[in-house]
Amino acid sequence: MAELQSGGGGGCCPPMDLFRSEPMQLVQIIIPIESAHLTVSYLGELGLLQFKDLNSEKSPFQRTYAAQIKKCAEMARKLRFFKEQMLKAGILSSVKSTTRADNNTDDLEVKLGDLEAELVEINANGDKLQRAHSELVEYKLVLQKAGEFFSSALTSAAAQQREMESQQTGEMTIETPLLTDKEMSADPSKQIKLGFIAGLVPREKSMSFERMLFRATRGNVFLRQAVVDEPVVDPVSGEKMEKNVFVVFYSGERAKNKILKICDAFGANRYPFNEEFDKQAQAISEVSGRLSELKTTIDAGLLHRGNLLQTIGDQFEQWNLLVKKEKSIYHTLNMLSLDVTKKCLVGEGWSPVFATKQIQDALERAAFDSNSQVGAIFQVLHTKESPPTYFRTNKFTSAFQEIVDAYGVAKYREANPGVFTIVTFPFLFAVMFGDWGHGICLLLGTLVLIVREKKLASQKLDDITDMTFGGRYVILMMALFSIYTGLIYNEFFSVPFEIFSHSAYACRDLSCSEATTVGLIKVRDTYPFGVDPVWHGSRSELPFLNSLKMKMSILLGVAQMNLGIILSYFNATFFRIGVNIWCQFIPQIIFLNSLFGYLSLLIILKWITGSQADLYHVMIYMFLSPTDELGDNQLFPGQKTAQLVLLLLAFVSVPWMLLPKPFILKMQHQGRHQGQSYEPLQSTDESLQPDTNHDSHGHEEFEFSEVFVHQMIHTIEFVLGAVSNTASYLRLWALSLAHSELSSVFYEKVLLLAWGYNNILILIVGIIVFIFATVGVLLVMETLSAFLHALRLHWVEFQNKFYEGDGYKFSPFSFALLDDEDE
Amino acid sequence: MYGFEAMTFNIHGGYLEAIVRGYRAGLLTAADYNNLCQCETLDDIKMHLSATEYGPYLQNEPSPLHTTTIVEKCTLKLVDEYKHMLCQATEPLSTFLEYITYGHMIDNVVLIVTGTLHERDVQELLEKCHPLGMFDSIATLAVAQNMRELYRLVLVDTPLAPYFSECITSEDLDDMNIEIMRNTLYKAYLEDFYKFCQKLGGATAEIMSDLLAFEADRRAVNITINSIGTELTRDDRRKLYSNFGLLYPYGHEELAVCEDIDQVRGVMEKYPPYQSIFSKLSYGESQMLDKAFYEEEVKRLCLAFEQQFHYGVFFAYMRLREQEIRNLMWISECVAQNQKSRVHDSVVFIF
Repeated sequence: MAELQSGGGGGCCPPMDLFRSEPMQLVQIIIPIESAHLTVSYLGELGLLQFKDLNSEKSPFQRTYAAQIKKCAEMARKLRFFKEQMLKAGILSSVKSTTRADNNTDDLEVKLGDLEAELVEINANGDKLQRAHSELVEYKLVLQKAGEFFSSALTSAAAQQREMESQQTGEMTIETPLLTDKEMSADPSKQIKLGFIAGLVPREKSMSFERMLFRATRGNVFLRQAVVDEPVVDPVSGEKMEKNVFVVFYSGERAKNKILKICDAFGANRYPFNEEFDKQAQAISEVSGRLSELKTTIDAGLLHRGNLLQTIGDQFEQWNLLVKKEKSIYHTLNMLSLDVTKKCLVGEGWSPVFATKQIQDALERAAFDSNSQVGAIFQVLHTKESPPTYFRTNKFTSAFQEIVDAYGVAKYREANPGVFTIVTFPFLFAVMFGDWGHGICLLLGTLVLIVREKKLASQKLDDITDMTFGGRYVILMMALFSIYTGLIYNEFFSVPFEIFSHSAYACRDLSCSEATTVGLIKVRDTYPFGVDPVWHGSRSELPFLNSLKMKMSILLGVAQMNLGIILSYFNATFFRIGVNIWCQFIPQIIFLNSLFGYLSLLIILKWITGSQADLYHVMIYMFLSPTDELGDNQLFPGQKTAQLVLLLLAFVSVPWMLLPKPFILKMQHQGRHQGQSYEPLQSTDESLQPDTNHDSHGHEEFEFSEVFVHQMIHTIEFVLGAVSNTASYLRLWALSLAHSELSSVFYEKVLLLAWGYNNILILIVGIIVFIFATVGVLLVMETLSAFLHALRLHWVEFQNKFYEGDGYKFSPFSFALLDDEDE
Repeated sequence: MYGFEAMTFNIHGGYLEAIVRGYRAGLLTAADYNNLCQCETLDDIKMHLSATEYGPYLQNEPSPLHTTTIVEKCTLKLVDEYKHMLCQATEPLSTFLEYITYGHMIDNVVLIVTGTLHERDVQELLEKCHPLGMFDSIATLAVAQNMRELYRLVLVDTPLAPYFSECITSEDLDDMNIEIMRNTLYKAYLEDFYKFCQKLGGATAEIMSDLLAFEADRRAVNITINSIGTELTRDDRRKLYSNFGLLYPYGHEELAVCEDIDQVRGVMEKYPPYQSIFSKLSYGESQMLDKAFYEEEVKRLCLAFEQQFHYGVFFAYMRLREQEIRNLMWISECVAQNQKSRVHDSVVFIF
């Protein structure tokens, strides 16, 4: 195994770290219980060990450190409470880390508890005061508004009386004085004392309140309401709401009881109120005095609370981090199994081989720092489990690796397409996005992100910006490559430039009358780089570019698919699976190249010789009637024989792919299990391990029909795929065509049209429309579509030739990863 | 319309059906209950629940927990989900959803009225009410002295008003009256709900009629058992049975004359769907009947999810969640009172 691993990268070539994932090992750590916490904390700082959960059958609260986790959760709850309070008070937690780090969680717990109690008390006091305050405010409102009712009622009553009196004095008849006299005298004795209740009711309930009063007393009440303009703080809920002041007049004790109950039900606050004016005035002044007193008390309380929150805010981040770390440490400790003697913890986990030394260092340091008498024991275990996949990426390669991982994480140590993706992905993108003007725009955009990298990395970005920022180096490469292909296509916002030299062609005479009928003549050497600018705008521009791009797409596609098949060879040699080389790699490469490799060869030959042969015809009749003469379409002597041989090879390679492999696998399986009627005894080493269910491999049943069907599917997929995948690469041509056509439409139909009007206003409008169209359609939407198509070409056409992608990612226990987990 | 609801159901109901099925996936499973039953303290329960969908509702509760807090928070979650669905719903689904809460409204009305009869504080009673059955003027119920007032003052504004036509009397309220009122209201409510579902037609009618019929039959049995040995006459008892369901009408006739639990059993065993429930019980036992009925109900509610394009899933989900909250309450109580041996007595596993 060790020899095999060193063979992966070493030998003739420099070590290819990214090509194969890091060699991993399953390690077992036995930690004395007294130094366990410190050890795990050091390992978390190192961040290179992925612990396995050895207690998966236990529920969370049955594990060893459940109590500590509960404690941490409680602390986290307190911190959340502080944060909420700080948000309410508008105090931000300062990022500056005070150097005094009290690492003791017990102290912290006590401290947090004290602070919480203090804060809760302050809040309770504040609430009480606030409640008294808003009650007084309401009382004052009632006094003012209800006072208005009474005074207005009094004035109207007085006016009525005056009217009555004037009536009486005006019309002195015989009867009237007698009657009034009687009334006057009868009134005071008969009159039932009207009672009244004053208070405030929420405005949205005022209608149903009135209705309910009416119903309950059968209309025997008189209700007056007045709107309070500003929202009032409700003493009970502490929320601001709109309210009405009301006064209810009633008669009788039963009615009073009903009204009181209704008031309670509607949350209407009642206040004592006196009919007499001087008492009202006295009450108002009293209430005002108490209000201002309360106000100062509340302010003092708020100041105190603010100070407390400020001191919390200073250390909040630090505490938060500490609690998070603590919690993750205990979660990890819970994954370790307790030794029988209960004196040490046994942990298992994956780590990269290169980290062995670092882990051992950390263990030693922990043992030393915790004054433990025995150090932790570190040993490597042998297992048949598949280890996790771990690539050491940097900020440049990680985005490309993400593209591959999004399809599937590589199997442990299989060839990683990410290496090639770094170049092929932006290149295929650029083939579809070839325009050096657009490329420069893209480059400038991504350069902004790269230059401000440090600043942006520390901020929290929104979704779209975050995604763009994460892929900034991918975009950088895409921009550079599209400048390159743009120069080849000779397009700058669809306009050609004579950068490298003058065009090789010129008109036959000065008038240039024959340019569109007979053609141009060649006056100079061929244009040195890319497409000659003279093609632009000519009648044959499209056929020429189409033929060029189509052929180019096929060449690129065949090249990339061949690369994929060759990588399957590297996988086969690395994993020592000979049958994959002889019965898969070789027939596949023969099949692909005898058909489409041959087509590529013809394309190149045609370009070199300038032959006018029809390649469609050649390819189609190679299948339909391979024995016919080629005639005009012959590109090289002996082409017919060569085609016959290639066709034969292609036909042979199909059954070659299909048949031998399942039989060879069957033979291998029988050979391996011959004479193995006895189960091998489990080695003593393994019986020590608590977990034995994972080495049950190696004795799996061999189902021939299943293997054969699988191989059949694989073969059919490859044979059909060879055709469809090649055709799929034509999307390079299609998208590139669409891009250049779109940009020329915007240029000609917007910019040039506006220019033609000779009007500055129209020109400005035209330029603005052009800019928006270019940015919106070409730079954003076309980028996205070209990106998606490049992605598809990599995931499907390239990776299905060799990539298994059924591994799982290495996710170490690391404090550095804690932050992005929780938010 | 019958048979074609699949074509148009998703225009209005598809989103919410997806939502409710998503909610249903969050119900606690048997494995969760097994873990919960092993808890030693309420904190353990909180810790376990924090890994489930109840997590966000419980995480900010300070540590000495009470059973009421747990139940309150779990109910809050149900209410939040219900409100979310109600906001998104269009007719006739929104009416259907409102129908689900009427049962709670009846219970709340009865709770408040009985409470005030026994001179309890209104605020205290309000806290005990189920939040799904709240309506604006519920606190005013305390004002009423008899049924007529109750109706005229408060309930005339609520959706319960039509159900009251049966039970308006001027008699003063007492315990017996209130219980009769509850059952009359419930009868009217179930019949109305049943009619509404029949009007909706299609799979909704089919599934809901099954669920509601079960509900009606269960109530009939309960009324019979509870009224044995009281002064309720046979005719009065007969009047409280809903006019639909498997037992209607012949079963009702027989139930009305039952004098002890074994006679009830004899009646019910004639009906195959209920045979299995009663066969689990020994003779003369009525303690475990509730649990047996709950188990049967949960089974039926779960089956409602097997079919698509109908409103029964909403009803079923709400009922299942309520059952889950009842389970949690029972488990928490058992844990809090150190009666762990009785944990399994009343817990009904849902999955």
